[in-house]
Amino acid sequence: MGQILLQVEDLHTQFFTSRGVVRAVDGVSLHIDAGETLGVVGESGCGKTITALSVLRLVPEPGRITSGKILFRGRDVTKMDDDEIRDFRGNDVAMIFQDPMTSLNPVTKIGFQIEEAMTAHKRFSAGLAKGRVVELLKRVRVPAAETRVKDYPHQFSGGMRQRAMIAMGLANEPALLIADEPTTALDVTVQAQIIQLMKQLNRELGTAMMLITHNMALVASLCQRVVVMYAGRVVEEGPVEQIFDSPQHPYTWSLLRSVPRVDEARKDRLVSIRGLPPDLVNSPAGCKFHPRCPFVVDRCKVEEPPLAEVAPDQVARCWVLMRNARQEDVDAAKTSALSVEAAQTLKAQAKVGGVAGS
Amino acid sequence: MQAAEKAPATAVKPEAVLLRVESAFKYFPVSGLGGLAVRAVDGVDLEIRRGETLGLVGESGCGKSTLARLITALLPVTAGKITFDGQDITKLRGRRLRRIRQKMQMIFQDPYASLDPRMTVGDILQEPLDNFGIGSVGHRRRRVQELLRLVGLNPNFTNRYPHEFSGGQRQRIGIARALALNPSFIVCDEAVSALDVSIQAQIINLLQDLQKEFQLTYLFIAHDLAVVRHLSDRIAVMYLGKVVETANRNDIYERPQHPYTKALLSSIPVPDPKVERERAPITLKGEIPSPVNPPSGCRFHTRCPIARAPGVCAEQEPALEAHGAADQVAACHFAG
Amino acid sequence: MATAIGIVQQVDWDVPEQTGLWSDAWVRFRRNPLAVAGLAVIVVMIVLAIGARLPTNPGGLWHVLHLTGDPVQQEVTNTYALPSLQHPLGTDVLGRDQLSRILYGASISLTIGIVVQFLILIIGGVIGMVAGYFGGWIDNLLMRFTDIMYAFPDLLLVLVFVAAFGPSFWSIFIALGLVYWVGLARLVRGQVLSIKEKEYVEAAIMTGTSPFKLIVKHLVPNSLGPVIVTLTFGIPAAIFTEAALSFLGIGIRPPEPSWGVMIEDGYAGIFADPRQVIFPGIAVALTMLSFTFVGDGLRDALDPRMRR
Repeated sequence: MGQILLQVEDLHTQFFTSRGVVRAVDGVSLHIDAGETLGVVGESGCGKTITALSVLRLVPEPGRITSGKILFRGRDVTKMDDDEIRDFRGNDVAMIFQDPMTSLNPVTKIGFQIEEAMTAHKRFSAGLAKGRVVELLKRVRVPAAETRVKDYPHQFSGGMRQRAMIAMGLANEPALLIADEPTTALDVTVQAQIIQLMKQLNRELGTAMMLITHNMALVASLCQRVVVMYAGRVVEEGPVEQIFDSPQHPYTWSLLRSVPRVDEARKDRLVSIRGLPPDLVNSPAGCKFHPRCPFVVDRCKVEEPPLAEVAPDQVARCWVLMRNARQEDVDAAKTSALSVEAAQTLKAQAKVGGVAGS
Repeated sequence: MQAAEKAPATAVKPEAVLLRVESAFKYFPVSGLGGLAVRAVDGVDLEIRRGETLGLVGESGCGKSTLARLITALLPVTAGKITFDGQDITKLRGRRLRRIRQKMQMIFQDPYASLDPRMTVGDILQEPLDNFGIGSVGHRRRRVQELLRLVGLNPNFTNRYPHEFSGGQRQRIGIARALALNPSFIVCDEAVSALDVSIQAQIINLLQDLQKEFQLTYLFIAHDLAVVRHLSDRIAVMYLGKVVETANRNDIYERPQHPYTKALLSSIPVPDPKVERERAPITLKGEIPSPVNPPSGCRFHTRCPIARAPGVCAEQEPALEAHGAADQVAACHFAG
Repeated sequence: MATAIGIVQQVDWDVPEQTGLWSDAWVRFRRNPLAVAGLAVIVVMIVLAIGARLPTNPGGLWHVLHLTGDPVQQEVTNTYALPSLQHPLGTDVLGRDQLSRILYGASISLTIGIVVQFLILIIGGVIGMVAGYFGGWIDNLLMRFTDIMYAFPDLLLVLVFVAAFGPSFWSIFIALGLVYWVGLARLVRGQVLSIKEKEYVEAAIMTGTSPFKLIVKHLVPNSLGPVIVTLTFGIPAAIFTEAALSFLGIGIRPPEPSWGVMIEDGYAGIFADPRQVIFPGIAVALTMLSFTFVGDGLRDALDPRMRR
């Protein structure tokens, strides 16, 4: 077991808008060990990106961290002063974003930007930094690195830009790299190259990584452990094989079954999760997922379940759990048919709504 | 399955073909030094059969979106012929072209940009009906409500504006609009790419149900090969403005003939950690070349793991020929 | 059977509370104190200006109510008088009541400033729309013509037109319209070019919308925002130009009391009695400032980067 690098304890980050208080991160706890790759999955609005930004204390207005601890090697990030936090960002923890075009300065050369990442933190002298730039680009497998340092971002293709971003992120040899949807904006074949690169870098440099994504396949490829988030909370966590093999939370289960697989012949229907993502200002009572859950029972509507251990190393936030779900409900969810009562309610609503259909 | 000898492509009866693209070209002239052009679609032959879903895949710059716009006559062809239901639509203009629109519709990618933000949902859905003067005004209003119900939305919200709906709901509105005129053919241009995973699944299921109910023919354009596999009957793969392989769904995924198809398929991660540990994807060297100046001979030869260059691959452009299974064609000198 | 699909589907019945487009913009506008203040000033001024012209005897409503004096009646014994109950802002060089003249002048300035925008909208809007929509040689032709017009210094061109028609209210009005449409034409063309590429326009074409309907139902409503803002900013520009021309003696002629004329009248005696120049000057400045604040407020309120 490696030492714990990052420990987030009961983090709350909220946005104070005219509509109300948006509880973007609502009590999230997670940890990353040195050298390991943690996947943070969930759909838009689940709070995964804000969690990452909170770790770096880069939460945009009108949001802020309202409570909780973020311990990096024992030091609490939320309590760091300006100098310490600047030292922390880019040096101990670096972040790469989804769209490299908007994260790179279009009017300065790539080489200069990577150099800047190093000299800003005074880890390397100007002379040393210049030398390292080419080495870094080579490390991220940019061909003809010596000449390409003089290029501008628009002269790089999408995949190359992402590699340059990774090079910048790794410039100061951070212990942790946070990657927010690093491959979403890339073509499939380029995605594969970046995935391979990240695997290699993890092996060669031992950099820990927090991979934020909605793409379950990416997690399966790169991560050792995974955290599933919904409505600003962690709903399941565990080793990747276990989670994919026997997910216990209905949301995780539905998510895994709603994605078509390229290596399987067609099934009849994808599992789709009914309804819409929750309103983070007025979230549902009880379990936040209950309005959309195919296995909901009465308790779910009033009392929110705690994160409980469901298997060695695996926790889930659910009263029912997949292993206790009724087989009829599981079959019904698989065919995406609604329960009888739900269908009847909807038929009644349809009559009220207007003219009967053809 | 038979041995992979060159089986003749199954002859398809002409009536079974709804849309046929013959030698379509679309060049976009590049301003500045004359003569140069972006060769977005560079000689494409394709056929789409009645009642099927043809999946069209490829990466950026392959021309699939441009091809979609040629097929739906949103853009004029630079050269070539596109026959829809027996009519050559490249020759149609004005009112006669508009009449074809009743049978051919499109669902767009961006749920935020494909609905006019200044119009109510009711107006948006009624517009196609108004354009063709379908029935009385009362009939049209009822039809709008029926369309909303059909895609799973509350028919009472006809006076709401698009920004009041979520991305998935807006996409449903886009689908309802495409159905308004009872078309026989719908082009889905990355129709689910901008949606969250669970919403994607909802919309995919909806598209399938609608196809069964209304006997629709789909051209499904996407970059997500897993989604395409789930939805399509046949699949065409494009690279740099040309079709490089076409085959039935299972044939293309299990026995791809073209090296690009093989590389594409192997690049896709699978949501199964055990499989991912074992897999070694084929990595292509280099980058996608510019469509302004495509490589000589076979366009793929600069990145192809089995290319013979200098040699036939760099000199001669391969034609789409039968390789592999019945109904499978690939454009490669060393296919298989 | 068809409705069964909708029911089996994960039906989305719920949509959050209704918000209109314009009411949304109004709420945002209201949050801007300067804009609201500007709007209030403008409304008050419009009311005062209307009152100054109706009924049609000089001084209008306010004179009838004995709130102000008579704008044309000269009292040569009472020139440069200080403010009093009869003449709340005093009198001018010919003993005419200042306040009523200023209110009358407001009606002239506001009319020219606001109404000329319609002329600008028609000329510039049509040219920009046609150029943007059709493109090609039509676009080229229209835009080169616009460039030529743009190359002339506007004030000079206005002077030329006014000189040609003879100085009067109408000649200024038409001259302003014929010169200041250029900016709007460019703006409208730019808007049309960007909207034309949007997916909802493609969708409208796909559903059989004719070019005319495309322009009227899609292009026009979606370009309104920046157009309204530009026209609002055009009002103070027009007001100022009229005042300047009248001041130079080439615009409205006395005894019509436009603000520019008043400044011209009082300019000779500016050291003796600066009030003659200060009051109409403040009137012009206040009006321009108010419209500018409103324009700013509108631009922010109509910003398309609203909720996604």
